[in-house]
Amino acid sequence: MADTVLLKGNEAIAHAAIRIGVDGYFGYPITPQSEILETFCEQKPWETTGMVVLQAESELAAINMVYGGAASGKMVMTSSSSPGVSLKQEGISYMAAAELPCLVVNVQRGGPGLGTIQPSQSDYFQATKGGGHGDYHIIVLAPASVQEMADFVGLAFKLAFQYRTPSLILADGIVGQMMEKVVLPEPRPRRTAEEIIASCPWATTGRTNGRKPNIITSLEMDPHVMENRNLRLQEKYATIREKEVRYEEICCDDAEYLIVAFGSQARIAEKSVETLRQGGIKAGLLRPITLWPFPSEAIARRARQAKGILCVELNSGQMIEDVRLAVRDTLPVRHFGRMGGVVPDPDEVVEALKKEIL
Amino acid sequence: MKREIIIAGFGGQGVLSMGKMVAYSGMVEGKEVSWMPSYGPEQRGGTANVTVIVSDERISSPVLSRFDTAVILNQPSLEKFESRIVPGGILLYDSYGIIEPPTRRDISVFRIDAMDAANERNWGKAYNMIVLGGLLRVCPVVTIPGVMEALRKKLPQRHHNLIPMNEQALRLGMDLVVPVE
Repeated sequence: MADTVLLKGNEAIAHAAIRIGVDGYFGYPITPQSEILETFCEQKPWETTGMVVLQAESELAAINMVYGGAASGKMVMTSSSSPGVSLKQEGISYMAAAELPCLVVNVQRGGPGLGTIQPSQSDYFQATKGGGHGDYHIIVLAPASVQEMADFVGLAFKLAFQYRTPSLILADGIVGQMMEKVVLPEPRPRRTAEEIIASCPWATTGRTNGRKPNIITSLEMDPHVMENRNLRLQEKYATIREKEVRYEEICCDDAEYLIVAFGSQARIAEKSVETLRQGGIKAGLLRPITLWPFPSEAIARRARQAKGILCVELNSGQMIEDVRLAVRDTLPVRHFGRMGGVVPDPDEVVEALKKEIL
Repeated sequence: MKREIIIAGFGGQGVLSMGKMVAYSGMVEGKEVSWMPSYGPEQRGGTANVTVIVSDERISSPVLSRFDTAVILNQPSLEKFESRIVPGGILLYDSYGIIEPPTRRDISVFRIDAMDAANERNWGKAYNMIVLGGLLRVCPVVTIPGVMEALRKKLPQRHHNLIPMNEQALRLGMDLVVPVE
């Protein structure tokens, strides 16, 4: 059996990336995710797997290095926190348009603006509704534990390459900074140049030797060609919506009051559910794991037996819009959240549920 | 078994490292563990605290409303956390710098003069291990052999010469704890 280790969520991301054979990391430090770059620098993967780790001169440089690496079929990633991820949005939009796989990690902090360095989930809209310009989506995974921080690196890359799209791990300062037990993925070597050519026939892998040159671009001069590309993207998004929804249900079978929460807030809400159940209130927790695609059907199904839904988010109410859309106002849907880096404790969630929907 | 512990004091007292030792030792002993620090500006001179949970079962929230055990190493932390200890819980505090001692009567209160002991012996760097010894005396959340194994695994080889001194500090802490009536 693989070793169990005690790691911060941020550290787990870096260790997992090295072990699954990621080719390159390009980043710029920012709290609360600096341990990602720090861990890479401690581990020196360039001496073992040959992975490139580079502290870029800015977030813009980092995301465009990712664009370049991805265009050549490499497994490449970047990470930042909220203000830094805003800076990367142009590059992410370009990569979505050019259909390039990559991993972006956002360990969210309080906003807007430079905000605070404490935990927040106020980038939900940015992550799930596009973020940059244009009609596009990226796959958004919301880890709630250090184990998921490690596991989702591999999952994010798998989905990114399968659908040729950027994937985002949307974490927050709690999941990034907390330490838990984690089993890291089995080490596997980086793909060889031949393996990349075989698995990524679209990539710019050097001399063409007979095949037509591959062109990676997000720019078209002819609007009809660009519309066709948009149609292809939308078709891909429909497939992802159909096949890649992930969520977890805790105590939902007989739940009369449903809490919907993701990431760190799902952990806090799970404790609130324990407390509510001890007090005889049939509460349950539905945790979206993919925020895009969103588990609308699962929520609608649970809503049929529920008397009310409380959405718990570290923001002013963002995911709640998707929950309302899922249940079409057939029952009360209320919001509870703190902002700016303030974290509620489980009792606050209990009180909010009693006040709002009981 | 489940222990929900808050350790709080000034940045630099080794609060976060002490929590890490508890979590790491818990893991070595096969328990579920979580370690959630306050992070940010408070680490630079203000108050620092860490929530450590050690449990036989899956841990839900790493963030807690109430604690069954509190280790308090300065006055601001006492003011912040005394009221958040569950009735019947444990409060262990270092009297150094505590101007107004705890007033709760529905919890078990213990004092440890760890700062004085560390200063007398010039053991500043082992201060948090003295406090940890005190904690393990009143709340045996992990065992001393578990902590020693964690130290051997966690410390780089070049620092293994410090392990006996850490064990001495742990045992000293166990002897120093006194109940407060």
